[in-house]
Amino acid sequence: MLSLALENSAEESNEAILIRRIRNGEHELFYDLIRPYERRVYAAAFAILRNEADAEEVAQEAVLKAFKHIRQFRAEARFSTWLIQITVNEARMRKRKDHAHIMEAISDHRDEEGDYTPRDFADWREIPSETLERSEIREALTRALAAIGEKYQEVFVLRDVQHLTIEETAKTLKISAAAVKTRLLRARLMLRDLLSPGLGGNWSSKLSFVKGAKPWE
Amino acid sequence: MGMSCQEVWREVSNYLEDDIDPAVRASVEAHLRGCAHCTAVMDGTRNVIRLYGDKAMLEVPLGFSQRLHQRLEANMPPRQRGTPWGWVMAVAASLLIVGGFELGSSAAFMANELRSEHAIPAASHTPPDLMVVVAEDGKVFHGGTRCPFMHEKNKERVMRASEAIREGYVPCTRCMKQYLSAGLTTPDFHWGISAEVAALQPMR
Repeated sequence: MLSLALENSAEESNEAILIRRIRNGEHELFYDLIRPYERRVYAAAFAILRNEADAEEVAQEAVLKAFKHIRQFRAEARFSTWLIQITVNEARMRKRKDHAHIMEAISDHRDEEGDYTPRDFADWREIPSETLERSEIREALTRALAAIGEKYQEVFVLRDVQHLTIEETAKTLKISAAAVKTRLLRARLMLRDLLSPGLGGNWSSKLSFVKGAKPWE
Repeated sequence: MGMSCQEVWREVSNYLEDDIDPAVRASVEAHLRGCAHCTAVMDGTRNVIRLYGDKAMLEVPLGFSQRLHQRLEANMPPRQRGTPWGWVMAVAASLLIVGGFELGSSAAFMANELRSEHAIPAASHTPPDLMVVVAEDGKVFHGGTRCPFMHEKNKERVMRASEAIREGYVPCTRCMKQYLSAGLTTPDFHWGISAEVAALQPMR
Protein backbone atom coordinates (compact mmCIF):
# COMPACT_ATOMS: atom_id res chain seq x y z
CA MET A 1 0.00 0.00 0.00
CA LEU A 2 2.80 2.34 0.99
CA SER A 3 4.87 1.44 -2.06
CA LEU A 4 1.85 2.05 -4.27
CA ALA A 5 1.35 5.45 -2.67
CA LEU A 6 5.02 6.28 -3.20
CA GLU A 7 4.81 5.11 -6.78
CA ASN A 8 1.78 7.28 -7.40
CA SER A 9 3.46 10.21 -5.77
CA ALA A 10 6.60 9.77 -7.91
CA GLU A 11 4.41 9.48 -10.99
CA GLU A 12 2.61 12.70 -10.15
CA SER A 13 5.88 14.45 -9.51
CA ASN A 14 7.24 13.32 -12.89
CA GLU A 15 4.02 14.52 -14.48
CA ALA A 16 4.35 17.91 -12.83
CA ILE A 17 7.83 18.27 -14.31
CA LEU A 18 6.62 17.17 -17.73
CA ILE A 19 3.72 19.59 -17.61
CA ARG A 20 5.99 22.48 -16.64
CA ARG A 21 8.35 21.71 -19.51
CA ILE A 22 5.49 21.39 -21.98
CA ARG A 23 4.17 24.76 -20.86
CA ASN A 24 7.63 26.18 -21.42
CA GLY A 25 7.59 25.10 -25.03
CA GLU A 26 8.82 21.50 -25.10
CA HIS A 27 5.60 20.44 -26.72
CA GLU A 28 6.80 17.06 -27.86
CA LEU A 29 6.93 15.91 -24.26
CA PHE A 30 3.16 15.85 -24.38
CA TYR A 31 3.39 12.45 -26.05
CA ASP A 32 5.11 11.10 -22.94
CA LEU A 33 2.56 12.74 -20.70
CA ILE A 34 -0.49 11.17 -22.30
CA ARG A 35 0.94 7.79 -23.29
CA PRO A 36 -0.03 6.06 -20.01
CA TYR A 37 -3.61 7.32 -20.32
CA GLU A 38 -4.45 6.72 -23.94
CA ARG A 39 -6.40 3.55 -23.23
CA ARG A 40 -8.30 5.17 -20.42
CA VAL A 41 -9.29 8.09 -22.60
CA TYR A 42 -10.62 5.76 -25.26
CA ALA A 43 -12.45 3.62 -22.69
CA ALA A 44 -14.15 6.69 -21.21
CA ALA A 45 -15.25 7.89 -24.63
CA PHE A 46 -16.44 4.44 -25.65
CA ALA A 47 -18.44 3.99 -22.45
CA ILE A 48 -20.50 7.04 -23.33
CA LEU A 49 -20.70 6.74 -27.10
CA ARG A 50 -20.72 2.95 -27.50
CA ASN A 51 -19.31 3.23 -30.95
CA GLU A 52 -15.69 2.60 -31.83
CA ALA A 53 -15.31 5.23 -34.53
CA ASP A 54 -16.98 7.97 -32.48
CA ALA A 55 -15.02 6.99 -29.39
CA GLU A 56 -11.74 7.19 -31.24
CA GLU A 57 -12.54 10.57 -32.72
CA VAL A 58 -13.67 11.95 -29.39
CA ALA A 59 -10.58 10.51 -27.69
CA GLN A 60 -8.41 12.34 -30.20
CA GLU A 61 -10.35 15.56 -29.72
CA ALA A 62 -10.03 15.27 -25.96
CA VAL A 63 -6.27 14.74 -26.10
CA LEU A 64 -5.88 17.69 -28.46
CA LYS A 65 -7.97 19.81 -26.16
CA ALA A 66 -5.83 18.80 -23.20
CA PHE A 67 -2.75 19.82 -25.16
CA LYS A 68 -4.19 23.17 -26.16
CA HIS A 69 -5.38 23.94 -22.66
CA ILE A 70 -2.47 22.51 -20.71
CA ARG A 71 -1.92 25.92 -19.14
CA GLN A 72 -5.33 25.71 -17.56
CA PHE A 73 -4.53 22.49 -15.76
CA ARG A 74 -4.28 23.14 -12.06
CA ALA A 75 -1.76 21.22 -10.06
CA GLU A 76 -4.14 20.29 -7.27
CA ALA A 77 -5.99 17.88 -9.56
CA ARG A 78 -4.57 14.66 -10.98
CA PHE A 79 -3.69 15.04 -14.64
CA SER A 80 -5.42 11.74 -15.43
CA THR A 81 -8.64 12.95 -13.81
CA TRP A 82 -8.51 16.23 -15.70
CA LEU A 83 -7.94 14.35 -18.95
CA ILE A 84 -10.84 11.98 -18.29
CA GLN A 85 -13.09 14.90 -17.40
CA ILE A 86 -12.28 16.56 -20.72
CA THR A 87 -13.00 13.27 -22.48
CA VAL A 88 -16.35 12.80 -20.76
CA ASN A 89 -17.37 16.36 -21.61
CA GLU A 90 -16.36 15.90 -25.23
CA ALA A 91 -18.22 12.60 -25.46
CA ARG A 92 -21.34 14.08 -23.91
CA MET A 93 -21.23 17.02 -26.29
CA ARG A 94 -20.89 14.63 -29.20
CA LYS A 95 -23.82 12.65 -27.94
CA ARG A 96 -25.98 15.72 -27.55
CA LYS A 97 -25.08 16.79 -31.03
CA ASP A 98 -26.09 13.45 -32.43
CA HIS A 99 -29.39 13.46 -30.51
CA ALA A 100 -28.84 9.81 -29.88
CA HIS A 101 -29.36 10.32 -26.18
CA ILE A 102 -33.05 11.16 -26.46
CA MET A 103 -34.26 7.60 -26.72
CA GLU A 104 -31.84 6.39 -24.09
CA ALA A 105 -32.78 9.13 -21.68
CA ILE A 106 -36.29 7.76 -21.58
CA SER A 107 -35.15 4.29 -20.67
CA ASP A 108 -32.78 5.73 -18.12
CA HIS A 109 -35.53 7.05 -15.92
CA ARG A 110 -35.91 3.76 -14.20
CA ASP A 111 -36.69 4.01 -10.53
CA GLU A 112 -33.39 5.16 -9.16
CA GLU A 113 -34.96 6.07 -5.86
CA GLY A 114 -36.33 2.66 -5.02
CA ASP A 115 -34.17 -0.22 -3.80
CA TYR A 116 -32.82 -2.60 -6.37
CA THR A 117 -33.50 -6.24 -5.70
CA PRO A 118 -30.67 -8.49 -6.81
CA ARG A 119 -31.67 -11.76 -8.36
CA ASP A 120 -31.70 -14.67 -6.02
CA PHE A 121 -28.94 -16.95 -7.21
CA ALA A 122 -27.88 -19.84 -5.05
CA ASP A 123 -24.29 -18.82 -5.27
CA TRP A 124 -21.88 -16.78 -7.31
CA ARG A 125 -19.42 -18.66 -9.41
CA GLU A 126 -16.26 -16.67 -9.48
CA ILE A 127 -15.13 -15.40 -12.89
CA PRO A 128 -11.32 -15.38 -12.68
CA SER A 129 -9.46 -12.29 -13.91
CA GLU A 130 -7.28 -14.53 -16.09
CA THR A 131 -10.27 -15.17 -18.31
CA LEU A 132 -10.14 -11.54 -19.44
CA GLU A 133 -7.44 -12.62 -21.84
CA ARG A 134 -10.23 -14.10 -23.89
CA SER A 135 -11.96 -11.65 -26.17
CA GLU A 136 -15.39 -13.27 -25.78
CA ILE A 137 -15.23 -12.69 -22.04
CA ARG A 138 -14.31 -9.04 -22.53
CA GLU A 139 -17.08 -8.70 -25.09
CA ALA A 140 -19.57 -10.22 -22.67
CA LEU A 141 -18.56 -7.69 -20.03
CA THR A 142 -18.86 -4.86 -22.55
CA ARG A 143 -22.32 -6.07 -23.58
CA ALA A 144 -23.46 -6.24 -19.98
CA LEU A 145 -22.18 -2.72 -19.37
CA ALA A 146 -24.05 -1.44 -22.42
CA ALA A 147 -27.24 -2.95 -21.04
CA ILE A 148 -27.48 -1.11 -17.72
CA GLY A 149 -28.49 2.36 -18.91
CA GLU A 150 -26.40 5.39 -19.62
CA LYS A 151 -26.43 7.13 -16.28
CA TYR A 152 -25.41 3.98 -14.43
CA GLN A 153 -22.84 3.15 -17.01
CA GLU A 154 -21.17 6.55 -16.78
CA VAL A 155 -20.83 6.40 -13.04
CA PHE A 156 -19.63 2.81 -13.07
CA VAL A 157 -17.03 3.45 -15.76
CA LEU A 158 -15.60 6.51 -14.08
CA ARG A 159 -15.46 4.92 -10.66
CA ASP A 160 -14.77 1.22 -11.28
CA VAL A 161 -13.03 1.23 -14.66
CA GLN A 162 -11.25 4.59 -14.50
CA HIS A 163 -10.80 4.49 -10.72
CA LEU A 164 -11.81 8.06 -10.13
CA THR A 165 -12.85 8.86 -6.57
CA ILE A 166 -16.51 9.40 -5.70
CA GLU A 167 -15.88 13.15 -5.55
CA GLU A 168 -14.05 13.22 -8.89
CA THR A 169 -16.83 11.20 -10.48
CA ALA A 170 -19.43 13.57 -9.07
CA LYS A 171 -17.53 16.60 -10.34
CA THR A 172 -17.03 15.10 -13.79
CA LEU A 173 -20.69 14.22 -14.20
CA LYS A 174 -21.91 17.33 -12.39
CA ILE A 175 -24.04 15.35 -9.96
CA SER A 176 -23.90 14.98 -6.19
CA ALA A 177 -21.68 12.47 -4.43
CA ALA A 178 -24.83 10.88 -3.02
CA ALA A 179 -26.19 10.38 -6.54
CA VAL A 180 -22.90 8.80 -7.55
CA LYS A 181 -23.12 6.32 -4.69
CA THR A 182 -26.73 5.43 -5.43
CA ARG A 183 -26.12 4.89 -9.13
CA LEU A 184 -22.89 3.06 -8.52
CA LEU A 185 -24.51 0.56 -6.18
CA ARG A 186 -27.28 -0.09 -8.63
CA ALA A 187 -24.86 -0.40 -11.55
CA ARG A 188 -22.77 -2.94 -9.68
CA LEU A 189 -25.79 -5.01 -8.65
CA MET A 190 -27.25 -4.95 -12.16
CA LEU A 191 -23.95 -6.04 -13.65
CA ARG A 192 -23.66 -8.81 -11.13
CA ASP A 193 -27.12 -10.02 -12.19
CA LEU A 194 -26.30 -9.76 -15.88
CA LEU A 195 -23.10 -11.69 -15.45
CA SER A 196 -24.57 -14.45 -13.32
CA PRO A 197 -24.32 -17.48 -15.57
CA GLY A 198 -27.03 -19.98 -16.10
CA LEU A 199 -30.02 -17.85 -15.17
CA GLY A 200 -30.83 -16.00 -18.33
CA GLY A 201 -28.45 -13.08 -18.04
CA ASN A 202 -27.27 -11.79 -21.42
CA TRP A 203 -23.96 -13.35 -20.57
CA SER A 204 -25.37 -16.86 -20.85
CA SER A 205 -27.75 -16.24 -23.72
CA LYS A 206 -25.10 -14.55 -25.85
CA LEU A 207 -22.46 -17.11 -25.15
CA SER A 208 -24.89 -20.03 -25.31
CA PHE A 209 -22.90 -22.22 -23.03
CA VAL A 210 -24.37 -25.38 -21.63
CA LYS A 211 -26.42 -24.81 -18.51
CA GLY A 212 -24.36 -25.36 -15.43
CA ALA A 213 -21.06 -25.09 -17.27
CA LYS A 214 -18.70 -22.23 -16.50
CA PRO A 215 -18.42 -20.09 -19.61
CA TRP A 216 -14.90 -19.02 -18.79
CA GLU A 217 -13.48 -22.53 -18.76
CA MET B 1 -32.15 -7.15 15.83
CA GLY B 2 -30.20 -8.34 12.75
CA MET B 3 -30.17 -6.63 9.38
CA SER B 4 -32.63 -7.55 6.66
CA CYS B 5 -31.46 -8.62 3.19
CA GLN B 6 -32.57 -5.27 1.79
CA GLU B 7 -30.53 -3.39 4.36
CA VAL B 8 -27.50 -5.48 3.48
CA TRP B 9 -27.89 -4.74 -0.23
CA ARG B 10 -27.82 -1.02 0.54
CA GLU B 11 -24.46 -1.51 2.21
CA VAL B 12 -22.83 -3.63 -0.49
CA SER B 13 -20.72 -0.80 -1.96
CA ASN B 14 -19.81 0.63 1.42
CA TYR B 15 -18.84 -2.81 2.67
CA LEU B 16 -16.69 -3.64 -0.35
CA GLU B 17 -15.01 -0.25 -0.31
CA ASP B 18 -14.45 -0.48 3.42
CA ASP B 19 -16.28 2.79 3.87
CA ILE B 20 -18.51 1.55 6.65
CA ASP B 21 -19.03 1.99 10.36
CA PRO B 22 -17.50 -0.96 12.29
CA ALA B 23 -20.82 -1.72 13.98
CA VAL B 24 -22.63 -1.85 10.62
CA ARG B 25 -19.85 -4.00 9.21
CA ALA B 26 -20.30 -6.47 12.04
CA SER B 27 -24.05 -6.59 11.40
CA VAL B 28 -23.52 -7.18 7.68
CA GLU B 29 -21.09 -10.00 8.39
CA ALA B 30 -23.47 -11.57 10.88
CA HIS B 31 -26.18 -11.52 8.22
CA LEU B 32 -23.91 -12.95 5.53
CA ARG B 33 -23.05 -15.94 7.69
CA GLY B 34 -26.66 -17.03 7.59
CA CYS B 35 -27.78 -15.86 4.12
CA ALA B 36 -26.59 -17.60 0.95
CA HIS B 37 -28.37 -15.09 -1.28
CA CYS B 38 -26.67 -12.04 0.20
CA THR B 39 -23.33 -13.85 0.24
CA ALA B 40 -23.77 -14.53 -3.50
CA VAL B 41 -24.66 -10.87 -4.04
CA MET B 42 -21.59 -9.72 -2.14
CA ASP B 43 -19.24 -12.19 -3.85
CA GLY B 44 -20.65 -11.42 -7.28
CA THR B 45 -20.39 -7.67 -6.84
CA ARG B 46 -16.81 -7.96 -5.59
CA ASN B 47 -16.03 -10.06 -8.67
CA VAL B 48 -17.67 -7.51 -10.97
CA ILE B 49 -15.61 -4.66 -9.51
CA ARG B 50 -12.40 -6.62 -9.86
CA LEU B 51 -13.10 -7.71 -13.44
CA TYR B 52 -14.07 -4.32 -14.77
CA GLY B 53 -11.23 -2.66 -12.92
CA ASP B 54 -8.70 -4.84 -14.67
CA LYS B 55 -6.45 -3.15 -17.21
CA ALA B 56 -7.42 -5.80 -19.72
CA MET B 57 -10.76 -4.04 -20.04
CA LEU B 58 -9.07 -0.97 -21.47
CA GLU B 59 -8.97 -2.32 -24.97
CA VAL B 60 -8.39 0.05 -27.88
CA PRO B 61 -8.81 -0.50 -31.62
CA LEU B 62 -5.77 -1.58 -33.57
CA GLY B 63 -3.59 1.39 -34.51
CA PHE B 64 -5.38 3.71 -32.09
CA SER B 65 -2.21 5.05 -30.50
CA GLN B 66 -0.51 5.62 -33.82
CA ARG B 67 -3.46 7.54 -35.22
CA LEU B 68 -3.72 9.59 -32.05
CA HIS B 69 -0.06 10.58 -32.25
CA GLN B 70 -0.40 11.46 -35.91
CA ARG B 71 -3.32 13.71 -35.13
CA LEU B 72 -1.40 15.34 -32.32
CA GLU B 73 1.63 15.84 -34.50
CA ALA B 74 -0.50 17.51 -37.12
CA ASN B 75 -1.69 19.96 -34.48
CA MET B 76 1.58 20.74 -32.77
CA PRO B 77 2.71 24.35 -33.07
CA PRO B 78 5.01 25.07 -36.03
CA ARG B 79 8.12 25.56 -33.95
CA GLN B 80 8.01 21.99 -32.77
CA ARG B 81 6.57 20.17 -35.68
CA GLY B 82 6.94 22.23 -38.78
CA THR B 83 4.22 23.78 -40.86
CA PRO B 84 5.07 24.02 -44.56
CA TRP B 85 6.79 27.28 -43.69
CA GLY B 86 8.76 25.81 -40.83
CA TRP B 87 9.63 22.84 -42.94
CA VAL B 88 11.08 24.97 -45.68
CA MET B 89 13.04 26.89 -43.12
CA ALA B 90 14.36 23.75 -41.54
CA VAL B 91 15.33 22.18 -44.85
CA ALA B 92 16.88 25.33 -46.14
CA ALA B 93 18.84 25.88 -42.95
CA SER B 94 20.09 22.33 -42.73
CA LEU B 95 21.03 22.15 -46.38
CA LEU B 96 22.82 25.41 -46.13
CA ILE B 97 24.89 23.93 -43.39
CA VAL B 98 25.67 20.89 -45.50
CA GLY B 99 26.30 22.99 -48.55
CA GLY B 100 28.86 25.23 -47.11
CA PHE B 101 27.42 27.52 -44.51
CA GLU B 102 29.09 25.47 -41.85
CA LEU B 103 32.32 26.75 -43.28
CA GLY B 104 31.51 29.84 -41.34
CA SER B 105 33.24 28.40 -38.36
CA SER B 106 35.91 26.50 -40.19
CA ALA B 107 39.46 27.38 -41.03
CA ALA B 108 38.56 27.46 -44.70
CA PHE B 109 36.01 30.10 -44.03
CA MET B 110 38.45 32.14 -42.04
CA ALA B 111 40.95 31.89 -44.86
CA ASN B 112 38.36 33.17 -47.29
CA GLU B 113 37.14 35.90 -45.02
CA LEU B 114 36.83 39.07 -46.99
CA ARG B 115 38.77 42.02 -45.89
CA SER B 116 35.80 44.23 -45.43
CA GLU B 117 32.39 43.19 -44.11
CA HIS B 118 30.92 45.98 -46.11
CA ALA B 119 32.13 44.77 -49.46
CA ILE B 120 28.83 43.70 -50.93
CA PRO B 121 29.01 40.99 -53.56
CA ALA B 122 27.22 41.59 -56.79
CA ALA B 123 23.66 40.39 -56.47
CA SER B 124 23.73 39.17 -60.03
CA HIS B 125 26.21 36.48 -59.01
CA THR B 126 23.68 34.81 -56.81
CA PRO B 127 21.93 31.87 -58.47
CA PRO B 128 18.36 33.10 -59.05
CA ASP B 129 16.78 29.88 -57.78
CA LEU B 130 18.77 29.79 -54.59
CA MET B 131 16.53 29.76 -51.56
CA VAL B 132 17.54 32.60 -49.29
CA VAL B 133 16.29 34.02 -46.05
CA VAL B 134 15.19 37.60 -45.64
CA ALA B 135 14.63 39.19 -42.27
CA GLU B 136 12.52 42.14 -41.34
CA ASP B 137 15.48 44.03 -39.97
CA GLY B 138 16.74 45.42 -43.24
CA LYS B 139 16.88 44.92 -46.96
CA VAL B 140 19.42 42.11 -46.77
CA PHE B 141 19.07 38.45 -47.64
CA HIS B 142 21.03 35.68 -46.01
CA GLY B 143 22.16 32.17 -46.81
CA GLY B 144 20.60 30.86 -43.61
CA THR B 145 19.32 31.80 -40.21
CA ARG B 146 22.67 31.09 -38.62
CA CYS B 147 24.28 34.10 -40.16
CA PRO B 148 25.57 36.25 -37.30
CA PHE B 149 24.54 39.33 -39.21
CA MET B 150 20.95 38.30 -39.21
CA HIS B 151 18.70 39.79 -36.57
CA GLU B 152 14.99 39.43 -35.89
CA LYS B 153 15.24 35.74 -36.60
CA ASN B 154 11.63 35.17 -35.71
CA LYS B 155 10.45 37.35 -38.54
CA GLU B 156 12.29 35.82 -41.44
CA ARG B 157 10.92 34.67 -44.77
CA VAL B 158 12.30 32.21 -47.28
CA MET B 159 12.22 33.05 -50.95
CA ARG B 160 14.21 32.65 -54.12
CA ALA B 161 17.23 34.90 -54.49
CA SER B 162 15.77 36.35 -57.68
CA GLU B 163 12.64 37.42 -55.82
CA ALA B 164 14.64 38.82 -52.96
CA ILE B 165 16.68 40.88 -55.38
CA ARG B 166 13.54 42.00 -57.15
CA GLU B 167 12.13 43.15 -53.84
CA GLY B 168 15.22 45.23 -53.31
CA TYR B 169 17.13 42.96 -50.94
CA VAL B 170 20.90 42.74 -51.29
CA PRO B 171 23.13 39.81 -50.34
CA CYS B 172 24.51 39.74 -46.83
CA THR B 173 28.10 40.87 -46.71
CA ARG B 174 28.98 37.96 -44.49
CA CYS B 175 27.30 34.78 -45.49
CA MET B 176 26.54 35.46 -49.11
CA LYS B 177 29.97 36.83 -49.81
CA GLN B 178 31.52 33.69 -48.43
CA TYR B 179 29.23 31.66 -50.63
CA LEU B 180 30.11 33.65 -53.69
CA SER B 181 33.80 33.82 -53.02
CA ALA B 182 33.88 30.06 -52.65
CA GLY B 183 33.06 29.89 -56.33
CA LEU B 184 29.96 27.86 -55.89
CA THR B 185 27.95 29.55 -58.54
CA THR B 186 28.11 26.86 -61.18
CA PRO B 187 24.66 26.19 -62.61
CA ASP B 188 24.53 22.63 -61.31
CA PHE B 189 25.13 23.61 -57.80
CA HIS B 190 22.14 24.59 -55.75
CA TRP B 191 24.09 24.95 -52.58
CA GLY B 192 23.12 21.49 -51.58
CA ILE B 193 19.45 22.22 -52.06
CA SER B 194 17.84 19.44 -54.00
CA ALA B 195 15.91 20.11 -57.16
CA GLU B 196 12.71 19.33 -55.22
CA VAL B 197 13.40 21.97 -52.64
CA ALA B 198 14.62 24.43 -55.19
CA ALA B 199 11.39 23.94 -57.10
CA LEU B 200 9.31 24.75 -54.07
CA GLN B 201 7.20 27.83 -54.28
CA PRO B 202 8.73 30.18 -51.74
CA MET B 203 6.53 31.08 -48.84
CA ARG B 204 5.38 34.64 -48.57
